[in-house]
Amino acid sequence: MSKVTLRINGQDHKLDIPAGMPLLWALRDKLDLVGTKYSCGIGTCGTCTVLVNGAPVRSCVMPATGMAGMEITTIEGLDSDGAHPVQRAWNDEDVPQCGYCQGGQILTATALLRDNPDPDDEAIDGAMSGVMCRCGTYPRIRKAIRRAARYAADESGETS
Amino acid sequence: MTQQTIDRRSFLRISLLTSGALVVGVASPGWLEAGEHDDERWVPNLYVRIDPDGTITIVSKNPEAGQGVKTAFPMVVAECLNVDWRDVKIEQAPLDDRYGRQVVGGSRGTPDGWNDLRVAGTAACHVLTRAAAGQWGVAASACTASGGAIHHEASGRSLRYQALLEAAARLPAPDVADLDLKSRPEDFTLLGTFVPGVDNPQILTGKPLFGCDVRLDGMLYAVFEKCPTFGGRVRRANVEQIRSQPGVTHAFVVEGTDNAAGLQPGVAIVAETWWEANNARRHLRVDWDTDHADSTAGYDTRAEALRGERGETLRADGDVERALDRSKQLVEASYYYPFVAHANMEPQNCTARFDAAQNRIELWAPSQHPRGGRELIAATLRIPERNIHVNLTRIGGGFGRRLRNDFMVEAAWIARETGRPVQLQWTREDDLGHDFYRPAAWHHFRAGIDDAGRMQAFDHHFVTFGSRGRTVSGAGLSPGHYPAGLVKNFRLRQSLVETNVPTGPWRSPGHSAYCWAYQGFFDEVALAAGRDALEFRLDLLSRHYGEPPLDLERTSDTLRLAAEKAGWGRRVLAANRGLGMAFHFDHGGFVSHVAEVEADGNRIRVDKVWSAADVGPILNLSGARNQVEGCVVDALSTAQLEITFANGAVEQGNFDDYELLRIGQAPEIECHFIQSENSPTGLGEPPIAAATPAITNAIYAATGKRIRELPFSRAGIALL
Ligand code: FES
Ligand code: FES
Repeated sequence: MSKVTLRINGQDHKLDIPAGMPLLWALRDKLDLVGTKYSCGIGTCGTCTVLVNGAPVRSCVMPATGMAGMEITTIEGLDSDGAHPVQRAWNDEDVPQCGYCQGGQILTATALLRDNPDPDDEAIDGAMSGVMCRCGTYPRIRKAIRRAARYAADESGETS
Repeated sequence: MTQQTIDRRSFLRISLLTSGALVVGVASPGWLEAGEHDDERWVPNLYVRIDPDGTITIVSKNPEAGQGVKTAFPMVVAECLNVDWRDVKIEQAPLDDRYGRQVVGGSRGTPDGWNDLRVAGTAACHVLTRAAAGQWGVAASACTASGGAIHHEASGRSLRYQALLEAAARLPAPDVADLDLKSRPEDFTLLGTFVPGVDNPQILTGKPLFGCDVRLDGMLYAVFEKCPTFGGRVRRANVEQIRSQPGVTHAFVVEGTDNAAGLQPGVAIVAETWWEANNARRHLRVDWDTDHADSTAGYDTRAEALRGERGETLRADGDVERALDRSKQLVEASYYYPFVAHANMEPQNCTARFDAAQNRIELWAPSQHPRGGRELIAATLRIPERNIHVNLTRIGGGFGRRLRNDFMVEAAWIARETGRPVQLQWTREDDLGHDFYRPAAWHHFRAGIDDAGRMQAFDHHFVTFGSRGRTVSGAGLSPGHYPAGLVKNFRLRQSLVETNVPTGPWRSPGHSAYCWAYQGFFDEVALAAGRDALEFRLDLLSRHYGEPPLDLERTSDTLRLAAEKAGWGRRVLAANRGLGMAFHFDHGGFVSHVAEVEADGNRIRVDKVWSAADVGPILNLSGARNQVEGCVVDALSTAQLEITFANGAVEQGNFDDYELLRIGQAPEIECHFIQSENSPTGLGEPPIAAATPAITNAIYAATGKRIRELPFSRAGIALL
């Protein structure tokens, strides 16, 4: 067991973690933050994506003990009321089918829009290619990202 | 405690709860037929409740796996009740006999529910209207219902439903036969519109919803190691050593049963966290006792030997041999598709809590067929069914995999052995290695073309999989399937390759595989006859011999619509582009697709797919489109994949060697629906079958390469 303090969704959590345990399982089994999902465990599918200092990271292959001092955002921490532009766009385009992969999709899209507020299809496909969806929601993910870009632009227009 | 108004002539009951809520319930006909008219036991298979604060609650009895039933069905009730969708709340029912069928599968949810759902909403509206009319002293026929209120236009009066609950409950339940049920798409205001899924708020914020999200007090986590060779038994395992691994609380051998879809032999490891349980598995050494060594190479050899044999004749119309001899042209081709896995994004899991004192067990199961799971647990653990309570969780992808409940019985067994609540979570490797696969098959076709360019003979030798002389699950082909009935001289013969591999239903079982072979071959026949692929198919669908195998008109209409939208025959395409088409009918739905493909040598991109579907009226436009889009993506994804066997075990391990389609490879999809008053049918399955051949036919048009074997890589074709 190693002691580590993880900063997750703006809160510090002091944890005793078995050596080698990936962040995914620290979130799910130590903190009951079950929004981050397991699917492959080897870093190929992107379902388990979280944001670390704003960048998408596969939590299933990231040892939790190495994450001290980093700002971790899980799907629970994006906006708990679903008011983030990406969440709103995801609802309005009704992207989810089974919904299992969608946390990883949403966080990856959030990181994309942070770096590129108005991505074209190529940029979308490039950024999102790491996150699989068995239900085939890809055409809607493209639409939802474009919609989220509009929502975000409207929001910043309102506040400036 | 309820006051009740009972009308025994109908299946309806209207009650007022002590809370003041009005409940309208519809009982399943089965309940009445069974003669169980005892009032105490009466629980509707569906109900709608209107609370005094105006909230409308509709119960959703079927599990939700992403097909959208949890949204679409309540929409039907809300439509007939004439309420605002925003006032509606959905409640997920647990498994309960009194709800009747609770299965996701066979696209049957929609046809099964259509009547009851409309009856529930319409009956509630009926009594509310009469209650208002009574208070105003006007004729009910002079009143209208909309937006959760009854209106009397002549006097300009309105009453909200919540003001009418008591009065409505005092009225007799209407006779179902007297209710005027909405059925025409033009009468709908809510149905047919784009409504986001009711679980979206939880999905988009990561709230617990799925089977693996369940957390119970004192819960432990488990993994279950089974023999890589299907059905292998445990001779010995180093469970002592496993018990000393960090975090591990229990490790034990499960003797299991012979039932491939039940409790298989294996070793359970239970720990404080799932990762510790799975990590301990690295040290697990099991001596397995296995008795077969099935392999893909062995299947191929056997199938090749069977190819020249006669096989068993399943159907013979006219005289195929003679007609083939006399035909002007003979076209011959063989098609092969491999085994594939379901690969649900959420690997199998189940949570169970056993109460030894009462011999009771409670489960949280992402199952498509929870009743089957309950029966399996009752039989295996010898717990009476009434002591097994199953909560239905949202399902992270079904596709037919979760019609089998092996993961439920495993969780139940492990929870009983450990005496603690346990969540069993399979790894991706467990999931790919212990699926019920869609079986491979070989189709050997011969067609005879007459002077007019018509296919007047069709001979089909279907080499599929069996066990002890009977086709295994998902490996059958109905002798009534088209082109039987569309071709004058028709013969279907079948031969069986023996297998020990578990197989089962996979999204649109059978259809999603063999439609590709038929529709690819039709293109070959059309080409040989010098005919356009559309014109050839429409002609094929213009006559029948005996009972037509499908509704010829509805099928043709979807084909024409997809072709028209794609500009079939009207567009000039660059040499490296091509269009392809296919039609199909299954699970009550008619769907045709046209695909457009762009090629760069042997690398291709599917740019766009135009889809036309006829499944009666569309309930939720969003859900309907989602299913069409999902099926097209699934078809393209699956056409790149293959499960192979060696030494009785699966060779693929994880998504690195069973890689689903990525976003950049997904085409644009344009959906069109032909709506009608026909009863609506489901869309979870029908759009997939024709998508694969539309794409491969387009690949031929773009590259000149006919794909007769899947996955695409066998034909040297890769996706850009
Ligand atoms: S679960 Fe982490 S990448 Fe698949
Ligand atoms: S929505 Fe089901 S896996 Fe993506």
